[in-house]
Amino acid sequence: MPAGFPPHSTTASLPQHSDRGFPFAAAAAAAAGQAPPRPRPAAAMQFMLLFSRQGKLRLQKWYVPLSDKEKKKITRELVQTVLARKPKMCSFLEWRDLKIVYKRYASLYFCCAIEDQDNELITLEIIHRYVELLDKYFGSVCELDIIFNFEKAYFILDEFLLGGEVQETSKKNVLKAIEQADLLQEEAETPRSVLEEIGLT
Amino acid sequence: MSDIVEKTLTALPGLFLQNQPGGGPAAAKASFSSRLGSLVRGITALTSKHEEEKLIQQELSSLKATVSAPTTTLKMMKECMVRLIYCEMLGYDASFGYIHAIKLAQQGNLLEKRVGYLAVSLFLHESHELLLLLVNTVVKDLQSTNLVEVCMALTVVSQIFPREMIPAVLPLIEDKLQHSKEIVRRKAVLALYKFHLIAPNQVQHIHIKFRKALCDRDVGVMAASLHIYLRMIKENSSGYKDLTGSFVTILKQVVGGKLPVEFNYHSVPAPWLQIQLLRILGLLGKDDQRTSELMYDVLDESLRRAELNHNVTYAILFECVHTVYSIYPKSELLEKAAKCIGKFVLSPKINLKYLGLKALTYVIQQDPTLALQHQMTIIECLDHLDPIIKRETLELLYRITNAQNITVIVQKMLEYLHQSKEEYVIVNLVGKIAELAEKYAPDNAWFIQTMNAVFSVGGDVMHPDIPNNFLRLLAEGFDDETEDQQLRLYAVQSYLTLLDMENVFYPQRFLQVMSWVLGEYSYLLDKEMPEEVIAKLYKLLMNDSVSSETKAWLIAAVTKLTSQAHSSNTVERLIHEFTISLDTCMRQHAFELKHLHENVELMKSLLPVDRSCEDLVVDASLSFLDGFVAEGLSQGAAPYKPHHQRQEEKLSQEKVLNFEPYGLSFSSSGFTGRQSPAGISLGSDVSGNSAETGLKETNSLKLEGIKKLWGKEGYLPKKESKTGDESGALPVPQESIMENVDQAITKKDQSQVLTQSKEEKEKQLLASSLFVGLGSESTINLLGKADTVSHKFRRKSKVKEAKSGETTSTHNMTCSSFSSLSNVAYEDDYYSNTLHDTGDKELKKFSLSSELLDSESLTELPLVEKFSYCSLSTPSLFANNNMEIFHPPQSTAASVAKESSLASSFLEETTEYMHSNAMEVCNNETISVSSYKIWKDDCLLMVWSVTNKSGLELKSADLEIFPAENFKVTEQPGCCLPVMEAESTKSFQYSVQIEKPFTEGNLTGFISYHMMDTHSAQLEFSVNLSLLDFIRPLKISSDDFGKLWLSFANDVKQNVKMSESQAALPSALKTLQQKLRLHIIEIIGNEGLLACQLLPSIPCLLHCRVHADILALWFRSSCSTLPDYLLYQCQKVMEGS
Repeated sequence: MPAGFPPHSTTASLPQHSDRGFPFAAAAAAAAGQAPPRPRPAAAMQFMLLFSRQGKLRLQKWYVPLSDKEKKKITRELVQTVLARKPKMCSFLEWRDLKIVYKRYASLYFCCAIEDQDNELITLEIIHRYVELLDKYFGSVCELDIIFNFEKAYFILDEFLLGGEVQETSKKNVLKAIEQADLLQEEAETPRSVLEEIGLT
Repeated sequence: MSDIVEKTLTALPGLFLQNQPGGGPAAAKASFSSRLGSLVRGITALTSKHEEEKLIQQELSSLKATVSAPTTTLKMMKECMVRLIYCEMLGYDASFGYIHAIKLAQQGNLLEKRVGYLAVSLFLHESHELLLLLVNTVVKDLQSTNLVEVCMALTVVSQIFPREMIPAVLPLIEDKLQHSKEIVRRKAVLALYKFHLIAPNQVQHIHIKFRKALCDRDVGVMAASLHIYLRMIKENSSGYKDLTGSFVTILKQVVGGKLPVEFNYHSVPAPWLQIQLLRILGLLGKDDQRTSELMYDVLDESLRRAELNHNVTYAILFECVHTVYSIYPKSELLEKAAKCIGKFVLSPKINLKYLGLKALTYVIQQDPTLALQHQMTIIECLDHLDPIIKRETLELLYRITNAQNITVIVQKMLEYLHQSKEEYVIVNLVGKIAELAEKYAPDNAWFIQTMNAVFSVGGDVMHPDIPNNFLRLLAEGFDDETEDQQLRLYAVQSYLTLLDMENVFYPQRFLQVMSWVLGEYSYLLDKEMPEEVIAKLYKLLMNDSVSSETKAWLIAAVTKLTSQAHSSNTVERLIHEFTISLDTCMRQHAFELKHLHENVELMKSLLPVDRSCEDLVVDASLSFLDGFVAEGLSQGAAPYKPHHQRQEEKLSQEKVLNFEPYGLSFSSSGFTGRQSPAGISLGSDVSGNSAETGLKETNSLKLEGIKKLWGKEGYLPKKESKTGDESGALPVPQESIMENVDQAITKKDQSQVLTQSKEEKEKQLLASSLFVGLGSESTINLLGKADTVSHKFRRKSKVKEAKSGETTSTHNMTCSSFSSLSNVAYEDDYYSNTLHDTGDKELKKFSLSSELLDSESLTELPLVEKFSYCSLSTPSLFANNNMEIFHPPQSTAASVAKESSLASSFLEETTEYMHSNAMEVCNNETISVSSYKIWKDDCLLMVWSVTNKSGLELKSADLEIFPAENFKVTEQPGCCLPVMEAESTKSFQYSVQIEKPFTEGNLTGFISYHMMDTHSAQLEFSVNLSLLDFIRPLKISSDDFGKLWLSFANDVKQNVKMSESQAALPSALKTLQQKLRLHIIEIIGNEGLLACQLLPSIPCLLHCRVHADILALWFRSSCSTLPDYLLYQCQKVMEGS
């Protein structure tokens, strides 16, 4: 008979084992109950992070709903992991159950998270196309452009990727859309900023 | 990008001074984002994190003041938003600005709106409550005539939108699919894609519009629609096979360079589009030859065209290979794809190499020879500097593991495991090693050592299944008993060695495994006395780093060992120390040990050696405490009420609104439905009931029919149960393992001959040990792939046995009455065995079914008395503890004999059971069929009697019943008659079991026969069965009623108005007894207890209470639907009479 423990009726301290006395089963069930798998809509890209060689975050775009705490944790861990990798190493990274695709451009790291079955190489090209777009827009882009005009970098990203999927791959079309909106900005910006200067100073 | 000049922040101050002459927007940046600029500059000037924090907090508080000031213009607000986004990116909380972001999107002009929308999409997530405030703005902007505004609204909708508000914008977005501008159409498609992701049913009706988008003249819109199709095809590929042709055509056009040049990317035509299409084709062609054939050409062309040595062509190639291996295979394509994989694997570029490994991993199961081709590369990758490459290689090796290369592969995995620190990797790898070890372990020592490594490294992060499976494996053993013992012995020895080491810390889980194994199997040691093991466990117990959970395991192990040791000082010391422990659990365990220690006999019987696999029987009803309870009650203690009862009482005390739904109104007269909850104070009644149970029992405590092992007097030794049949096992296929070893050796030789470079001998050795048993081209005798190799640790399918035991147990219950008298004792034994199996599943169920068993035997009692074979008095059976005499087999055996004798006169038998009148169900000129039901105690017996009206002989008369949904129909012997004489009557019998409760059902069948002139005929018939045909009285005592009542969760209450004639409770209950076959247990005042069971053994209890002419019915059952059905029947009966 018994699986070894004297029969306990009420105490919950000893693992209760109706199932032949291997109490891990119960623990497994409990664990499964506590931590349901993270809900994740099947967006092609989970998130994109831009950070500097010093580990400073420059841009973050999340295509899956996560809590701020989680975002911070992921960012911290990923920045650390990516920065620790040597230059000759592979641009892909398995991290938790995700695939991280990253590439360094000058002092900036571009880092995307995709799912395991997604195509890593084409993700690298997504990063590259984004850099091309930034470059074309800012004219020889550098980290500072992105720091001081990060909202523009976001606008460009939103025209290129939408909801984690590639929206428009034609460089011309993306920039056309941005310029259209910017045109209004240019017109409105110049007189107002002068006024503002006067009003403020 | 070579043309990007690296400008780090160290160059920052100089940069601002020189006012960069660069063209375009970059030049203006410093001037108009000056506020942000000064913030950024301020931060860069700082040296410590602490200072940064201070600065940002300052910034945030000034921002907070600004955004909430009424004088702040939208222009300033926009500027503030940018700074807020920046602060959030740095990791500071700017949630106070969220609402202002929404306001900005709502009120600002185009530019401000743009920033407002951006801020909203960055700040909020799709279930954020503030997002609801954005809906109106979005709706307004979607209707705007300004293209930019529409685009902004669509962009934000495609990113975040509250699911429940989709209907508000859906028609607007659908309209946009017809917009003249392609950018709007494209964004609208993506917005619908988003909706499809978060709420697929909401966009179901517009699938036809997706098709229109697929045919859009603009490439961008078409490409966007592919996202939706990929997703939908992933979910259900069969629904979109008709589109295969279109996808193939599009891909052909793309590959053929028919798209505008602007879609080229590094002179490759629309790579993203190609990949998307390839993915879709892969899903469509999976396991579908006809669909696959449509795409062979275009895949071939894709493989051919992608020749440029650029990353993006490799990306397409990779996807192409994936598709070729996913769809129905075509050898030419597979060959080309394999070559491609070779290109990847052999590439000097590390990214491509990685993808080559990934592709290999994917195709290896289909084509193991590919791994052989690239074995040297794989070996190199195994020692690659980049851990990611290593890990992918291990993943590949994991897929090709077999009994011959297991040791090498697991060794490599363990090496990697020791280096890695990431928890996810460890969990993953440990799981794989454990799985492989269990499958292919070559010998005991290796297995235990590998598992030791797994437990030490995996520690407390590994999946709990691993130690669980391991212990199960040890305990249940394999096919060979001596082998099992050796394995166990080896485990014990290895753990003792591990515990001997000083200053080594093992994970808690590992210690738990050790303590369980030592507790169970230390007896296998010859020399080491239990005391020494106890001493080691004691040392661990005194260790502070051991968690209290582990201590519980340890003390359990000590308890087990104590029963084997004759006397041990350590145990006494342990008891002494832990009986005063501050940890109450430990103290309890120590006291238990102490008491057991004082009674060696009891302890030995309680903790027998090596019985871990046998099941524990627990008296779940805690009946041994009944005396204690009764005593408490007699001294005036309040009776125990379960939670739900207390809840109910509380509700009925607070006379509040009735939130419960009203029951079915079945009577259209002035009947007022049910009373208020306060009226039906059944809760307290029933608790009173259980209290009464206790009170009445103070003198003579009745124990129900549970077979007790652990009772008032302590352990009640159980009867010898047969374990013999368990060990009767299959012979081990030992030879096959030996064969494999031989094969391994021959293979080794061959592969060494195969590859002839001498300098890398070591690597080749490794390769040969890794790739043994793979592929068929080199060795004919090596056909054995991983799966055909016999598994050493083949687990017995014990769980299954137990399950089947359980399912049959109910059957046994009903069938056992057919056994002859001489079998009763055996039957009893057997039954207790099956019960153990059931008890394993659910103890409660166990006690329940045993009670049912009793009750079932009781239902036969009147019969028994009639035949006076036995003399049992009803209640005494309950007092009887074991089930020695629960069957009156003679009578039933006799009846069976009669039944099967096919005597046409059923008179004798039908007098024994209640039966319905014969009813003609069908007839023609030759035969007539009538049927009647016999309500047997264990089933419904349907009898069809066939009368041959013609003067001729009928040949091979046969009656068949069609399978019906709710019934299980079993044919009784003799249902096919070779010859049926003229003018005679024959009968066919079928026993019918119900599978799930229902109200009414039909049983249809046909009778077929041959006339003398070989003319065959068929005649169909059907009979109506009602639930009542399967209801039998459940004869239990009030005490048992009380106990059962508490254990049932499903209850239904309803008030029924009684007709004049049955105004008194007894007469009403009498009606129920007669019409529904309920058993009246007891009538107390204006309350009545009734019970019945639905065959085979679903009990249902009924509590009735009369108020004037209202009868309150309260059903409870273990089955969720039964009470409702019964209630319906009751209503019918009460109304009808």
